[in-house]
Amino acid sequence: MCNQAVSLIAAEIEKRGIATTCIVLLREIAEEVRPPRALFVPFPLGYPLGKPHDPEGQRRVIEAALALLERPGPGPLLEDYRA
Amino acid sequence: MSDLPLASRIFLKAYPWRRIEPLPWAPLRRPLRDAKIALVSSAGLVPPDQEPFDNDLRGGDWSYREVPDSTEVSALVDAHRSLTYDHDGVRSDPNLGFPLDRLHDLGLRTNHRHFSFMGSITAPGRLAKRSAPEAAEKLVADGVEAVLLVPI
Repeated sequence: MCNQAVSLIAAEIEKRGIATTCIVLLREIAEEVRPPRALFVPFPLGYPLGKPHDPEGQRRVIEAALALLERPGPGPLLEDYRA
Repeated sequence: MSDLPLASRIFLKAYPWRRIEPLPWAPLRRPLRDAKIALVSSAGLVPPDQEPFDNDLRGGDWSYREVPDSTEVSALVDAHRSLTYDHDGVRSDPNLGFPLDRLHDLGLRTNHRHFSFMGSITAPGRLAKRSAPEAAEKLVADGVEAVLLVPI
């Protein structure tokens, strides 16, 4: 549900001319809903950035998601995170 | 998805997912290090001085909370109704679902406010038609150029 919610919000933002990138925890749902840019992370539900209290690991995930913003279109872009 | 309990898998297979069509596409207009960025999370985290999400609302609470850039992330309160994930991680480290401190660590130009939703919304009509467009308009008014979205 959460993956669909962020994707629908991303679409509304992107429609208004702002570039968006989503982290997603369920690849199948991202393929179905199709947010413009998404990074699929192989973590359990509840852990979108990996481990708690691991700022360095969390930053790496965020940097990978943000890197999609600088990639050329057309979308949808759906990439797998590799730790 | 194959790691989830059977009931969740059946639900996810049967649920009529929305499809974003046509696909909007907005290129980033300048390098990320110069762009103004905002965070949007659906992890259901709420600043302690604001109303929690209403978890009795049928179809899911589609409202959102504005989270100031100066918020102390560790004080955010978990108000997400979903039972399909383990809440221990985000309760012990709210940056897991609302990584504002991480955006600051990276030295990015952050907006003065960010947005927190509660993503357990089975009936997403009002989210898609009302609250998401409203939050998006606020981001436009703030001159935001890039948005990171995080589910839980």
